[in-house]
Amino acid sequence: MTSIILVVATRLIFPLMLMFSLFLLLRGHDAPGGGFVGGLMAASAFALFAFATSVTRARDALRRSTFRLIGVGLLFAFISGLPGLFAGSPFLTAMWTSAEVPVIGKLSSVLLFDTGVLLVVVGVTLTIVFAMAEADEEEEE
Amino acid sequence: MLPILIPFLMAILSIINWGNRVLHRFLALAGSVGLLFAALALLTTVSEQGILSSNTGDWPAPFGIVLVADLPGAIMVLMAAIVGLAVLVYSTASLDEARERFGYYPLILILLMGMCGAFLTGDLFNLYVWFEIMLIASFALLALGGSRAQLEGSVKYFALNLLVSAFFLTGIGFLYGMTGSLNMAALAQALRAAGPEQPVTTVAIFFMIAFGIKAAMFPLYFWLPASYHTPPVAVSAIFAGLLTKVGVYAMIRMFTLLFVQDTAWTHGLLLVGAALTMLSGVLGAVARREIRRILSFNIISHIGYIVLGLALYRPLALAGAWLYLIHHVIVMATLFLVSGIVQRVGGSFRLARLGGLYQRHPGLALLFLLPALALSGVPPLSGFWPKLVLLQAMLQDGLWLLAAIALLVSLLTLFSMMRIWVGAFWSQAPAGVVTPAPMASVERRMLYGPVLALLALTIAISVFSGPAFELTQRAAEQLLNPQQYIVAVLGESP
Amino acid sequence: MEVALAIVIGALYAAGLYMMLRRSMVKLIAGLVLLGYASNLLIFVVSRLTRASPPLVPEGAHSVAEPFADPVPQALILTAIVIGFGLQAFALVLVRRAFQAVNSDDLDQVTASDRPDLQA
Repeated sequence: MTSIILVVATRLIFPLMLMFSLFLLLRGHDAPGGGFVGGLMAASAFALFAFATSVTRARDALRRSTFRLIGVGLLFAFISGLPGLFAGSPFLTAMWTSAEVPVIGKLSSVLLFDTGVLLVVVGVTLTIVFAMAEADEEEEE
Repeated sequence: MLPILIPFLMAILSIINWGNRVLHRFLALAGSVGLLFAALALLTTVSEQGILSSNTGDWPAPFGIVLVADLPGAIMVLMAAIVGLAVLVYSTASLDEARERFGYYPLILILLMGMCGAFLTGDLFNLYVWFEIMLIASFALLALGGSRAQLEGSVKYFALNLLVSAFFLTGIGFLYGMTGSLNMAALAQALRAAGPEQPVTTVAIFFMIAFGIKAAMFPLYFWLPASYHTPPVAVSAIFAGLLTKVGVYAMIRMFTLLFVQDTAWTHGLLLVGAALTMLSGVLGAVARREIRRILSFNIISHIGYIVLGLALYRPLALAGAWLYLIHHVIVMATLFLVSGIVQRVGGSFRLARLGGLYQRHPGLALLFLLPALALSGVPPLSGFWPKLVLLQAMLQDGLWLLAAIALLVSLLTLFSMMRIWVGAFWSQAPAGVVTPAPMASVERRMLYGPVLALLALTIAISVFSGPAFELTQRAAEQLLNPQQYIVAVLGESP
Repeated sequence: MEVALAIVIGALYAAGLYMMLRRSMVKLIAGLVLLGYASNLLIFVVSRLTRASPPLVPEGAHSVAEPFADPVPQALILTAIVIGFGLQAFALVLVRRAFQAVNSDDLDQVTASDRPDLQA
């Protein structure tokens, strides 16, 4: 079922897709992009990897369990709301630091929130894709 | 803010540590205790200082998403916290390992978070989002474990709730097209100013159908008795106590704050719907022979009472309805939890297979009898007072027929509850029944503890019905005077 | 354009309802998905249909130049699509599991919750 073309192409495309997902995340504030599309892009990279090899290999490549990704992502989003709370404004008020960081631009609670979104999207999408793909693999055996 | 954030944080932490049962239990209990305190604090602040509002992300009111805490909302948050805590304690003893491992506790926490969000939001679309959060958690809870009956119940529940989402979204689309805002306070102003050429009532019907399905009103309740008796008891209890009430709450919000242009028609329709809900629900209950299904049908018939209070649309009736809501949340959760204990000691939910429990467990019999009588409205228990108030309101409006129906429904409720009493407790045990192993003392404490606590609350409401009624009267006043709400959200200058 | 979209939305609602009334579980889900699309499109039309005029305030002006597309409904649709995506994914898994349990796609066979003899 796995074709050699798909395997080789995946080897090339997989890192590119991950980098593109990071690029989408970082440019998201002022241009089309952001955590959600970035997450979908990263998730499709892993899904492609799973189709080319196997779900087990893809899970290994992800290193962390998908649930943990969801949890950490939510935690990021949660933390990003706190600075506003400490500064006396309501929850989730957007805050920027004044320091410029190369490539990323100004660090902000918004970026943290978007990173959280990315992780959650990757986690949720892959949980579903892996669960369905695993059920298929079992049936084939 | 806190009532939403605490369960959220705990749910996050438990998702990170997926599969760790002991930690999950601990986090869930800590979360619900924290929620309880936050809810108490919120209720006292709101009742002393009036309506609170907070703009998330510091976007000003009509544009950003607003969280508003007024008395009705704060009361419901407290109810959610109480029932949530009771159910969580109960489930530590009654749940099997597989369910606990598959994220039962984080799901309950997310469910609680969704409810608190729905009770506190001041934005229509945000309400939709909280509803969906609740839905996803409840779907997963319903399907978790995956016996055939459970999966089928989930399919029915799922299909109808997706339909609700479509209706709700369509209604939101129309409303936004008409007014250009989704902030409930701004909507309330815009809709009051809307001319007769605007199809406000049509949109109102969209929302009525959406929340009617949610709240299990006639003729849209068929999903409820098909699904509520399938999951584990702890899940049934939290669904029965709270989930339908969120629908009722949203309905009351919509039809006091937003859709009051043509009360003769919309509220008249609600009145008829409520009466039919009461009747058909209780007739269903009388016809059943399984404890949890009888209780499911009783939920429906008593939703009718609450909607009736809304439909009468006068301060007395709304106050009664709100008191009824409080009473019903607690009593229904208690009854479902008791039914779980009955199943544990008697081995079945079906009346034909039960019997003789009174001899073996007289304490349990009393635990069942008290909330059952409270549910049917036997004085002086907690169900009696709101019924009295509602009856008074009906008679003031000269609705004799309706009052007669309400009384008849109470009587039939009593009949259906007594049937459980006779079948499970009073009668002789049928031959050949295997008695399950007796409970260990820890299990006993975890199962009986929450039931006793909830029962104590019921009795407290019965005894202190005066202060409780005053509180709900103030809540009803806030509901009927949306000006307060609008000022709190949008500021002084309208 | 509005008229065309109105017809499309109406057709989507009709198709969704028709699919929901079939007896197959998969068609039920497909119908619900169509209904969701229909309501999303409805909200989209509410935001006014304009081409290439984003709601940005031009240099030196105080308000947005007319006609512009209202961005709020588009944000709403985005949220609704994301939620819908999650729900539909769950629905597919659920229907699959239900199919394995019932061994049939026919909704008329989905009666176990009303029959005590099939319950554990």
